[in-house]
Amino acid sequence: MTTQPEKSTGFAATDVLVNEFDGGPDTVQRALSTADELQPHTELGLKDDEYERIRQILGRRPTASELAMYSIMWSEHCSYKSSKVHLRQFGEKAPPNTRMLAGIGENAGVVQISDDLAVTFKVESHNHPSFVEPYQGAATGVGGIVRDILAMGARPIAVMDPLRFGAADHPDTARVLPGVVAGIGGYGNCLGLPNIGGEIVFDPTYQGNPLVNALSIGVLPVARLQHKEAAGVGNVVVLLGARTGRDGIGGVSVLASATFDEEAEQRRPSVQVGDPFMEKLLIESCLELYDAGLVAGIQDLGGAGLTCALTETAAAAGTGMRVWLERVPLREASMSPTEILASESQERMLLIVTPENLPAVLAVAEKWGVWATAIGEVTPAEADGSPGRLVISWNEHVVVDVPPGSLADDGPVYARPIREPADLILLQADKAETLPRPVNGDELRETVLRMVGSPNLCDKTWVTEQYDRYVLGNTVLAQPEDSGVLRIDERTGLGVALSVDGNGRFARLDPYEGARLALAEAFRNVAVTGAEPVAVTDCLNFGSPEDPAVMWQFAEAVRGLADGCQQLGTPVTGGNVSFYNQTGAAAIHPTPVVGVLGVFDDVSRRIPMGFAKLTGDGDQIFLLGETACELSGSEWAWVTHGHLGGRPPKVDLAREQRLGALMSRASQVGHVSAAHDLSDGGLAQALVESCLRHDVGARIALPDDGTTSFVYLFSESAGRALVAVPRGRDKAFVALAAEYGVPCTPIGMTTRDAVLEVRDEFSIPLPELREAWSSTLPRLFGGTAEIAGRIGDPEHVADPSTASGDRGVAAPAVSPAVSATSAASAVEAAAPVDADGGSAAAPLSVELEISEQEGTPPGGSSED
Amino acid sequence: MRIGVVTFPGSLDDGDAARAARIAGAEAVRLWHGEPDLHGVDAVVLPGGFSYGDYLRCGAIARFAPAMESIIDAARGGLPVLGICNGFQILCEAHLLPGALTRNQHLHFRNRDQHLRVESTGTAWTNGFTPGQELVIPVKNGEGCYVADERTLDALEAEGRVVARYIRGNPNGSQRDIAAITNEAGNVVGIMPHPEHAVEELTGPSLDGLGFFTSVLRALAGASAGGQDAGGQ
Repeated sequence: MTTQPEKSTGFAATDVLVNEFDGGPDTVQRALSTADELQPHTELGLKDDEYERIRQILGRRPTASELAMYSIMWSEHCSYKSSKVHLRQFGEKAPPNTRMLAGIGENAGVVQISDDLAVTFKVESHNHPSFVEPYQGAATGVGGIVRDILAMGARPIAVMDPLRFGAADHPDTARVLPGVVAGIGGYGNCLGLPNIGGEIVFDPTYQGNPLVNALSIGVLPVARLQHKEAAGVGNVVVLLGARTGRDGIGGVSVLASATFDEEAEQRRPSVQVGDPFMEKLLIESCLELYDAGLVAGIQDLGGAGLTCALTETAAAAGTGMRVWLERVPLREASMSPTEILASESQERMLLIVTPENLPAVLAVAEKWGVWATAIGEVTPAEADGSPGRLVISWNEHVVVDVPPGSLADDGPVYARPIREPADLILLQADKAETLPRPVNGDELRETVLRMVGSPNLCDKTWVTEQYDRYVLGNTVLAQPEDSGVLRIDERTGLGVALSVDGNGRFARLDPYEGARLALAEAFRNVAVTGAEPVAVTDCLNFGSPEDPAVMWQFAEAVRGLADGCQQLGTPVTGGNVSFYNQTGAAAIHPTPVVGVLGVFDDVSRRIPMGFAKLTGDGDQIFLLGETACELSGSEWAWVTHGHLGGRPPKVDLAREQRLGALMSRASQVGHVSAAHDLSDGGLAQALVESCLRHDVGARIALPDDGTTSFVYLFSESAGRALVAVPRGRDKAFVALAAEYGVPCTPIGMTTRDAVLEVRDEFSIPLPELREAWSSTLPRLFGGTAEIAGRIGDPEHVADPSTASGDRGVAAPAVSPAVSATSAASAVEAAAPVDADGGSAAAPLSVELEISEQEGTPPGGSSED
Repeated sequence: MRIGVVTFPGSLDDGDAARAARIAGAEAVRLWHGEPDLHGVDAVVLPGGFSYGDYLRCGAIARFAPAMESIIDAARGGLPVLGICNGFQILCEAHLLPGALTRNQHLHFRNRDQHLRVESTGTAWTNGFTPGQELVIPVKNGEGCYVADERTLDALEAEGRVVARYIRGNPNGSQRDIAAITNEAGNVVGIMPHPEHAVEELTGPSLDGLGFFTSVLRALAGASAGGQDAGGQ
């Protein structure tokens, strides 16, 4: 369908916005004649001085549309105004690197992995929308990161999802988690992308601020790398993909850049609504356009929608742009120009194409049944050589005339005040090493069973089996393995490994070390599979940057991550900052989530985590690295004492590198049959997971060297891994470990009998372990299956009563009337220039509740 | 031998089905939903995915694609057709197979390595297996619960048209644990689990899926040799 949209003619009542005069939108011409008109810049999140700067830049007051655009582009989410000054370190401290083809500032970093192939990967947050509307929030989080990957010229090939929720047994977790998981599955599965890993963490600190991060990876021929510059005067600006609706208006400024309050429930209209089928068609059509060489520039539409895409593509090229908004295909003809510019409707891309290629581009769109519409053209820079202007009209009214760079690049930058949290000294003094410990074998046994059944250590199958991990046929390893491992090239066996990790408790105790620990764990998870770690992406989840204590945590974490990446030689290729993860005065634990990409020359040499079924004798089990008594911030302290205090384990990145080099070499010579990194839950957890993977028992004899069995089993010292080595190779492996300077302690054998035995302490039959390990999530969420199944399900979304479906057991069902009024009042929070919410409320709520399933006319159900 | 793999908008496992056909020794021919021309292929695979976004009903729109019109005719004429997951749903919508696939009873999408028992080796796609042979093949679906009225189910059982059953756990609530069925002639098979995901050591839980693709090559070889190979050795 490449037809032009029906033009919106005349004005319905819903078009009359408070600061527009009857009969038309707020135009540039009108802005000049009404210089002193009061504008709602504060309501849009702009500070007085920021508003003044806008007036200086324009030499007049902004129009309603311009004001909305500045408020969005200068929001924390888009402008990184609080984080910029710190993030520079990633560039300044970047290690010398020959692989990186694109880095920070692009839609995603691109890393070359062979002469002709590159991969691009990035992790991003969708925290706030996922709290407000779990299913759509999480689903569009997947859709958004996948379009970032697509915009680089890559075919997306997998996704991963690091997730953090409040207490596992809190009623609101029963609302959020099933919806988030169903949303990730519902979108990713329908897109045909295997979900190969991630994290699921529970902690009361995330109550009311769940963290839904989404990572995607794609592969591209080096020659197909795409750019976002709107280059080439006279080139056509094409909007490709879904039609533009009223969903997600003000998403980034309202949701992502503000702290939650009791009105959060009323912000659902700010959450985008996803259509994975459209995104699948968008992916296929974009790839066909790339291969045919029809694209001069491309940018995805995500947060800030058209506003962001138009200003960034023009600013990147230094050109100007002329756009006719009435050409944009709309879901609702009554949308105002400001709404069209602010909409965050999903599944859209902005293309820059030469006029000659336009027919071919439209033909490809036609083939895939995707809307493609020429909405503007690239215009020259100013006569004096300065960048061109972005001029946007709507039905002959010029509503925007701005220098695009002033929105995209010259946003405000703040060096926010920084102060170490007042309670940190006391917190660090309260060590877990002094807590009461199990004193005999029976108590150790009881502790192991209690730990493996705890929400953070238990079996996550209830979640991961809702994700397709097989599609595309290149998944070599997926969760619960340490890393997701993908085959990239069927001919050569070239492959990649990906792991994403974070530990908010460690970061709370020491953000600098916490960030380095997250990096070390992700690095180790990749390394133990035998891959060579080469690059990093990060998602930095923090509280309000306006709180000096939070800003200190952020600065320390960034410094730690930048220093760590410099030492490991793995550059940060891109990522995302999520501030305002805070409800009222309570900020979440600082949670830097780090993704590490590794490369295999031949992926068939990957090392899995599970002990192998015995063919002859059992394999010998070695513990690599050194175990110190490090229990502060550990899972043991949390589960058995509800304790958080002291200092996190020490990180020695040189040791991590030696361990990585050893594992890479060992996988090349085939010394190792299984390897599992030690992290949360320590050695005990690693043993349990390695045994249960293929139901293979183990007989363990811990060294009698003064370190107690308890410390060996539950300390979370970094730089350690568990490996199984087949008989006959053990001597060679021990020699290899010595050569690489990695401490290597034999601690037992894998056995035929299905028991985990720790000599002189305890033995647990594997069925008993499995029961304790795997029953937790079904017990907690099994009962919510129906809710999870219903969320976002078209036939149910269409039913207003299920507006409460995603609230699950947490809240009583709300009547249609109630949801309508909540949507109405939400407009104040949502639609920027719409100060009196009532007018636009009806269509907004219809757009959200009924989406397009029913095609219900605007103003339909929600008024009754 | 040439095995056609149809790509609908929203097909996801089409590349995997083509790979499986190649590994089995066939030439994989990609077919486009909008073209009625089947390019003279010897057999057709309708792959897994979400054709047309599963809008209206899974497979309900795909059934009307120009390629499907040709495939329906050819199938009635004996062309071997394998419908995997969404392909199975399309075959039911096209009335080449009885019954329907509905929302999993537990209402979750479920992806796991599933144990199956082969119940019928008399079809073009299972003649290489032995009766009662147990397989491990990935299952991954949200609407894989096979339902039909009792008379239809009894008939399927009586005529040996239940091709495979779930064992050690029914992943979606399918009636009588049915995982795969065939038509009267045995040339059209619909299966919910994904054989194309179990054809390589590196990426699959087993190599059990390969048997479906080698079976059809046997059947075709037998047919072209003039004999009818019942298989089953």
